[in-house]
Amino acid sequence: MLNRQGRPSQAGDSGLHSIKTFTGNRALEQVEPLLFEIGRLEATGVDLDEPAAFTPRLGGLVRKDGIGLPGLSEPETMRHFVRLSQKNYAIDTGIFPLGSCTMKHNPRLNEAMARLPGFADIHPLQPQSTVQGALDLIAQLKDWLKELTGMPDVDMTPKAGAHGELSGMMAIKAAIIAKGEAATRTVVLVPESAHGTNPATAALIGFTVKPVPARENGLVHVDDVKALLGPDIAAIMLTNPNTCGLFEKDIVAIADAVHAAGAFFYCDGANFNAIVGKVRPGDLGVDAMHINLHKTFSTPHGGGGPGAGPVVLSDRLAAFAPLPLLEKNGNSFALCESEKTAEARGAHPYGRITAFQGQMGMFVRAFAYMLSHGADGMRQASEDAVLNANYIRAGLRDLMSQPFGDKPCMHEALFDDQWLKETGVTTLDFAKAMIDEGFHPMTMYFPLVVHGAMLIEPTESESKASLDLFVAALRDLAMAAKAGDTERFTQAPRLAPRRRLDETLAARKPVLKWVPPTPLSEAAE
Amino acid sequence: MRYLPHTDTDRSDMLAAIGAGAIDDLFTGVPAEKMLKDPVNLPRRKSELEVARILGGLAAKNIPASTVPFFVGAGAYKHHVPATVDHLIQRSEFLTSYTPYQPEIAQGTLQYLFEFQTQVATLTGMDVANASMYDGSTACGEAVLMAHRVTKRNKAILSGGLHPHYAEVVETLSHMANDRVTRLPADVKAAEDIVPLIDSDTSCVVVQTPDFFGNLRNLKAIADACHAKGALLIAVFTEVVSLGLITPPGAMGADIVVGEGQSIGNALNFGGPYVGLFATKSQYVRQMPGRLCGETVDAEGRRGFVLTLSTREQHIRRDKATSNICTNSGLCSLAFTVHMTLLGSEGLSRLARINHANAIKLADMLAGVKGVDVLNPSFFNEFTVKLNKPAAPVVEKLAAKKILAGVPVSRLWPDAGLDDHLILASTEVNTDDDRAALVAALKEVL
Amino acid sequence: MADIRYTKDHEYIRVEGDTGTVGITSYAQEQLGDVVFVELPSVGKKVDQGAEAAVVESVKAASEIYAPVAGEVVAVNDALESAPGTVNEDPAGAGWFMKIKIADASQLNGLMSEADYTSYLATLS
Repeated sequence: MLNRQGRPSQAGDSGLHSIKTFTGNRALEQVEPLLFEIGRLEATGVDLDEPAAFTPRLGGLVRKDGIGLPGLSEPETMRHFVRLSQKNYAIDTGIFPLGSCTMKHNPRLNEAMARLPGFADIHPLQPQSTVQGALDLIAQLKDWLKELTGMPDVDMTPKAGAHGELSGMMAIKAAIIAKGEAATRTVVLVPESAHGTNPATAALIGFTVKPVPARENGLVHVDDVKALLGPDIAAIMLTNPNTCGLFEKDIVAIADAVHAAGAFFYCDGANFNAIVGKVRPGDLGVDAMHINLHKTFSTPHGGGGPGAGPVVLSDRLAAFAPLPLLEKNGNSFALCESEKTAEARGAHPYGRITAFQGQMGMFVRAFAYMLSHGADGMRQASEDAVLNANYIRAGLRDLMSQPFGDKPCMHEALFDDQWLKETGVTTLDFAKAMIDEGFHPMTMYFPLVVHGAMLIEPTESESKASLDLFVAALRDLAMAAKAGDTERFTQAPRLAPRRRLDETLAARKPVLKWVPPTPLSEAAE
Repeated sequence: MRYLPHTDTDRSDMLAAIGAGAIDDLFTGVPAEKMLKDPVNLPRRKSELEVARILGGLAAKNIPASTVPFFVGAGAYKHHVPATVDHLIQRSEFLTSYTPYQPEIAQGTLQYLFEFQTQVATLTGMDVANASMYDGSTACGEAVLMAHRVTKRNKAILSGGLHPHYAEVVETLSHMANDRVTRLPADVKAAEDIVPLIDSDTSCVVVQTPDFFGNLRNLKAIADACHAKGALLIAVFTEVVSLGLITPPGAMGADIVVGEGQSIGNALNFGGPYVGLFATKSQYVRQMPGRLCGETVDAEGRRGFVLTLSTREQHIRRDKATSNICTNSGLCSLAFTVHMTLLGSEGLSRLARINHANAIKLADMLAGVKGVDVLNPSFFNEFTVKLNKPAAPVVEKLAAKKILAGVPVSRLWPDAGLDDHLILASTEVNTDDDRAALVAALKEVL
Repeated sequence: MADIRYTKDHEYIRVEGDTGTVGITSYAQEQLGDVVFVELPSVGKKVDQGAEAAVVESVKAASEIYAPVAGEVVAVNDALESAPGTVNEDPAGAGWFMKIKIADASQLNGLMSEADYTSYLATLS
């Protein structure tokens, strides 16, 4: 009704949205147009005085198109975005069991600390003498990460997990170049169960990707790796615990074999949260591993970023870490920002992967999380995460099928869709029905090696009562699916702000921005 | 531990329900000899009060921009961010949600991403923008890779006015991927002539405006020369507020526009998190990196939004993906969108005029200081001066007087022979008193 | 009368004289789901047998189309650009991808006949 483009913005006639209201609103759920549809070109929500007259020095490059972005006053802005927020599910509203994503509680102390002017209001290039506290914090965070992983060095600059992968793999490539083996070591081994970022990262910097099969128990076997190793192999990228929620039990033997073949072992650390304080990657033979601060150390996911992906490095790789390097001289800290000064100190940085020195805002949050937990709390968090996943697995194992048999998992429980066969309900349908029950669905169809995969990661933040309700609801759904109540699934979600969305239409005829409606006078011409 | 809900009774009840005797029975896959017997060698848990005390102590050792006369720019800028912005991005439903994989319960995130894409495309004068990148420098690296895919060539030419960190990111990526780069020497006065270097091997030319030294550049001739040779023009900016006042790159023929969006909605944060902006022409949309949000309808015909064109991305295309990027800079793009909404065209253009006017005032005052030469023929809110002595020690001396005066070129470009060059920015936060304090202090140390 | 041959990757090639029309089978389009985009080669491109010649995308998958035989691309189905759904609606007819001028007709002998393909499909389920 507020939609100026004639698109339907009210509920349709079918389903449970069929109770009609004049506005299209449904009590607390408000229809909210695009800001461009309610904004006006002359409206603004800031009070700025026009500067005194001046002669521009823009070299004649003056913008002449009036920009064309409608604005809103402050109260309108507030209401627009608060209403939008109400159409989102979030950890703060319920369990968010996305496997491999680690949606744990985001403590607000961490937000408050990151907003201290001494961290939030300092410029990356202001004199280093004026940011000693910030550099000290980064140095301390590095020390904590080194201790928790048992690795000798950390590159703090990567801006997200995939960016950490890129940095770690670049360090590996630099080490290979330094050994004079760049022309021969061109292949990276990646298990089929890996995150898509692994093969994409390897390919991005010119490696050829060769898949490693997983055995029927969901694990990579050292013999399968050995069969592929040779003088052409640069590295293996292995996720541990893996994407099936299992610890790779051959990992030490795999690391030994990889090293014996002159290659490097990159570990995808996305699931490090399962083992913090229990076992250290450095003790397993890892050469490089990124740590998703937004998973393991609880910096908020923020609807898809920002993340942070520091990458820990072994002695074989530490010298190749990218600029800038952080140095401690007595009680003071300094950034080494140029290749020349780094070389003078015996380092051989492979280059630089981002402007400045990394995600400081995320560092503060992660460090506050670590200080709060301490060594004892982080170990307990990992244990509780594993306990919770197994509790869900135990609660559902008689109704849902586990692809690798009934055995303990790490921090996430994996089911396949074998048990849905003949029901007419797919993994997608089951996930959508969970939405109507008030839950965010689990990760679906990943890992790719498991048919119709459902990967459930509750994290340590869920209470026993929360898990009991979640399990009871999934049991009810599972029994309904088996009893033939397919409509509850194929029509779901019926109670969410939107029913299922037409992704085919979106991809066939992409509409990627709002276009002002053509004025009637022009349209008539 | 205050973040962990279980009591010991809960834990033993749950272990019993699972059928495990002890927690370590669930860690059976871990090689027994590698399991840590004791907690790692780090301090034990701390209360909120203790943590706040420690971090407060570290924060107090830094000098925040808003407490001193502040003229530091060169890729990140101090602006006033309205209080509404930070309140909205701290809404639980935005802060603690994930990438919108289930669009039925993520319309809030998806709609603001659609609004963000519209704002970025409109500001840059381009057809389409993505849902953001990590920051401006990584967006620049991705733009070069995209140009290589589009042109099926692999040589990039980087202007000597490109931010050195951005150039280094491109050089590093190119070195690793066996692509070619020609980087021009530091070009303080925007005097370089790139056109003759563009040949039929060239994939793209990367030019920043306002450039690293603050100069504005007309890209039209370079765009024409690129197109004549089948190459793409990548336009870069680090100060997005400039687009409120200057000709957008899209209007000068750029094929890809990338930049840093930190100035709108986001704090300085010592370098991150920021928000990378990425826009291009419609015909290249399937070669774009990063997330894209698109409009569609739901099963009842109501308008809704989804992530779309996902087959470009790593989770589907794996080693053939356009990029390895997985996240965008979601919450920072929300901050951008909220601040941009508050500004509107009206507010943005006025903000840009204030920035420009303040920079003009500063330049004119500095021109009157003995030992200072303002070098720029044109600028927006940032310019370069030549001092009568090396800039780095001067900046340190001013810092000791609690004035943060700018960025010595030597810090980012140590071998350029520009040790006496200093880059200063002046935004709406600077007062006449700030400028007077800077000038007075400079006179003392020069 | 045209001779139709099939590959294990579910492409067909309908041979008429020295030219073959290449598309994907009904089984392939069903597996893929709604086709949203088809990336076609340029006319004049020379392809080897088994080389990547086109890409077909659904919402959640992207699949390479490999040339069933070596030859030169002499025509492509531009209509798919604006109506990719044709691949789902009429894969064997209006949903064709490209025409290849066959370089070596003997390569056709290595491909499956209609009957062979039908029994191959039976082994997949």
